[in-house]
Amino acid sequence: MTTLHTVNKSPFNSSAFDDCLGLAKSGSTVLLYEDGVYAATSGTKPADAIANTDGVTFAVLGPDLKARGVEGKIADGIKVVDYDGFVDLVAEHDKVHAWL
Amino acid sequence: MAKKFMYMNTKAPYGSIYALESLEVVLIGAAFEQDVSLAFIDDGVYQLTKGQSTDGIGMKNFSPTYSALGDYDVNKIYVEKESLEERGLSLDDLQHLTWEDEDEDWAEKDSIRLVSRAELADVIDDQDVVLSF
Repeated sequence: MTTLHTVNKSPFNSSAFDDCLGLAKSGSTVLLYEDGVYAATSGTKPADAIANTDGVTFAVLGPDLKARGVEGKIADGIKVVDYDGFVDLVAEHDKVHAWL
Repeated sequence: MAKKFMYMNTKAPYGSIYALESLEVVLIGAAFEQDVSLAFIDDGVYQLTKGQSTDGIGMKNFSPTYSALGDYDVNKIYVEKESLEERGLSLDDLQHLTWEDEDEDWAEKDSIRLVSRAELADVIDDQDVVLSF
């Protein structure tokens, strides 16, 4: 079973990101959107945690990055997708786990 | 008599309505000629990032409004250093907010004051009213 995990809360004031990272299995994908995109910005503990997580693919929603002015701060190795890419990810995985 | 009002901004923009609502209340407070200060801590520092562009998410980009605060005599904007650093940000990542000093031939001055958590605690202690968003 492949899983797409989605996180839309800031990693700094919600446990959603940490919970997700702790339970995401190798082969799954984590998509960060809305305030979740801040987890992908370089120079932060969440970005370090992403870099140290093997076997999980990380993606981030481009329009939410642009809205928040952090498009230029995304850490290496994190794929930027648009809304069509979001839909593709949903279609490619067996299920979606939306973290809250 | 004017009171000292402090508006604490603690949430990121767009993910919730708090940031925009705070801005609305700040402008109302300024219209009543109160002594207004703003503080940005925790995810609130994200409200001030420059280069915000919301075309792709169908929401209003209210970040240009911060640069108008100086015209409403809102020129004490405290940004907590620890919150910026935890988020991999520096002052260079934020908008350059200024105001014009009537008493010094309208000299342009910086509105943002980078303060430590301890310094901010003293500023908050000095306020008559503190509102948190």
